[in-house]
Amino acid sequence: MCSRKGVARVPETRTLTIAEALREAIREEMRRDERVFCLGEDIGIPGGFGGAFTVTLGLSEEFGHERILDTPISEAGIAGAAIGAALAGMRPIADVQYADFLFCAMDQLVNQAAKLRYMSGGKVAVPLVMRAPCGATTRAAQHSQSPESFFIHVPGLLVACPCTACDAKGLLKTAIRSDDPVLFFEHKLLYGSKGMRAEKGALSPVGEVPVEDYTIPFGQGIIRREGSDVTIVAKLLMVYKALAAAEALADEGISCEVIDPRTLVPFDADLVVESVCKTEHLVIVDECPRTGGWAGEVAAELQERAFGSLDAPIKRVTAPDTPVPFAPTMERYYVPDEEDIARAVREVLRWR
Amino acid sequence: MPAAVMLRMYRQMLRIRRFEEGVNQLFLEGRMPGTLHLYIGQEACAVGVCEALRPEDWITSTHRPHGHAIAKGVSLDAMMAELFGKTTGCAGGYGGSMHTGDPAVGALTAIAIVGGNVPVATGLALGFRMRRTDQVVCCFLGDGATNEGAFHEGVNMAAIGDLPVVFVCENNLYGASTPIGQVVKLDRLADRAQGYGIPGATVDGMDVLAVHEAASTAIERARTGGGPTFLVCETYRFIGHSRSDTRGYRSRDEEAAWKARDPVPRLAAQLQAGGHATAEDLQAIAQEVDEELAHAVAFAEASPSPAPEDCLRHVFAEGGGASA
Repeated sequence: MCSRKGVARVPETRTLTIAEALREAIREEMRRDERVFCLGEDIGIPGGFGGAFTVTLGLSEEFGHERILDTPISEAGIAGAAIGAALAGMRPIADVQYADFLFCAMDQLVNQAAKLRYMSGGKVAVPLVMRAPCGATTRAAQHSQSPESFFIHVPGLLVACPCTACDAKGLLKTAIRSDDPVLFFEHKLLYGSKGMRAEKGALSPVGEVPVEDYTIPFGQGIIRREGSDVTIVAKLLMVYKALAAAEALADEGISCEVIDPRTLVPFDADLVVESVCKTEHLVIVDECPRTGGWAGEVAAELQERAFGSLDAPIKRVTAPDTPVPFAPTMERYYVPDEEDIARAVREVLRWR
Repeated sequence: MPAAVMLRMYRQMLRIRRFEEGVNQLFLEGRMPGTLHLYIGQEACAVGVCEALRPEDWITSTHRPHGHAIAKGVSLDAMMAELFGKTTGCAGGYGGSMHTGDPAVGALTAIAIVGGNVPVATGLALGFRMRRTDQVVCCFLGDGATNEGAFHEGVNMAAIGDLPVVFVCENNLYGASTPIGQVVKLDRLADRAQGYGIPGATVDGMDVLAVHEAASTAIERARTGGGPTFLVCETYRFIGHSRSDTRGYRSRDEEAAWKARDPVPRLAAQLQAGGHATAEDLQAIAQEVDEELAHAVAFAEASPSPAPEDCLRHVFAEGGGASA
């Protein structure tokens, strides 16, 4: 479930994939607010894909091609158009087919979207959402990256990383209603896209999603599994790998607490600090390359804030500092898995 | 053209000219922080275009934005205070010389990445169209920006959507020190428009009346659903690219030839020849502009600097947004 510490009242729910949950969020927000619209490549072409991973499939039939706006293959143009439309009072949801293509739009995102509020002394707002599918999926070096770390380094950008259907819908609604630009990362192996767009090797988690309207605030992490010996912080696909490792380690008598931050900016460091005060051990898992990455940032923050509670050095489990390889044998080595995580947990616990 | 419009444009050009001369002097005296990209020589472009816009229309600007912002309606007080980095500046001291503007008068905070404002202008036009307003966007850019990828993406997207935007290229012949002929194969920059299926026009950017006429045509076309125009104003900056530029890359003869076409005395002569103003009338305008400038300098120098820790503000929406 989405809530951080359970809910008092159990809302009516049904089961959705993440792709379906994202589509619902977009549909409901577009019905609620006429300023909301989508733009991107192949998102509404009749007979097309509904975006690279089916998230916008069928939306042009309800909202028409002005509000589900197909663009040229022009990522800088898409990002810039989203910025301009946001400045004109719209609420654009822009889409790049692969997070790797964000680099084509870096100037617009980093120099314009992130800084216009600041450079204007707070006089303008850039309320846009940039959706970006990330993660290694046997597509090699230019269609597999997890570039979240680039964007946490840019003041002015919010960064969301949902890994359940419930969070995907609630966080996307918050992103759309936000007055600031949001980078919204979606892992390709978690969508649950069906038919021709189904992903080989996908986890495709389905989850309970409330029927009623709800949002999930940014900056509130969630404990996916409670434990007492070690804290594992992970995001996106790595949450599931961490949960699998925790399950395996339980058989060895090791109790893991698994935390999913859900958003990287703002980051719920308090939740991790609180957990580490209890477990005294911390492992951070990230599909991004190691150097200069999110995992290192979390490690630095935690050693500053919780050094006295730590019983062992913080351990990072990350992808190596290489591009994403193609061959399945190499890609399996590249992406952290439950065995890598379990090994790291055993290592930090050796200090006990 | 009504004499009142001509006189207004004369005053606007003079306000920009005197403002730029004033800030240059303040800078040389060490009274002003930062760097400067001055607009002296190019005034007819901003003034001719902005006179053809409505107050609710928008402009996007560049690293050389002072003239655009003033022509669209930002006060000299707010401009000067911004250049001094004061809280009373048009961006509260957060932007400085390269980020002047004020959304309240339709002048987007200037974008100082060359070509970076082009897709943003397209998006503004898209937003206005989707909101069913009849607002138009004028995107100012330099000759150098036409070699940026963002220019291509932004102009193409505006063209396919018939969006209400005019791309106003001020061709001042140099990208910093590099002659435009060395980095563009075309003889006429306006021919770039053919690649996007939109009209391209070239106008004498030293003649404010000609700029106004050409801009009016393009703006009317954009406002009535005809789509974008690529309007090239041939112009010249009389001073260097920025504060450290000694202009060793161009001849004094070339500079003299362009200065002979200075748009400010040119319009003054036209006003007098047409019987619209006497030398005394123009002198009175100059006097008023000088007083306005003196007020702006005093206002800026007397205004408070931001508190150091205010640098932490305005990164995100305050008191709202998506934060928990």
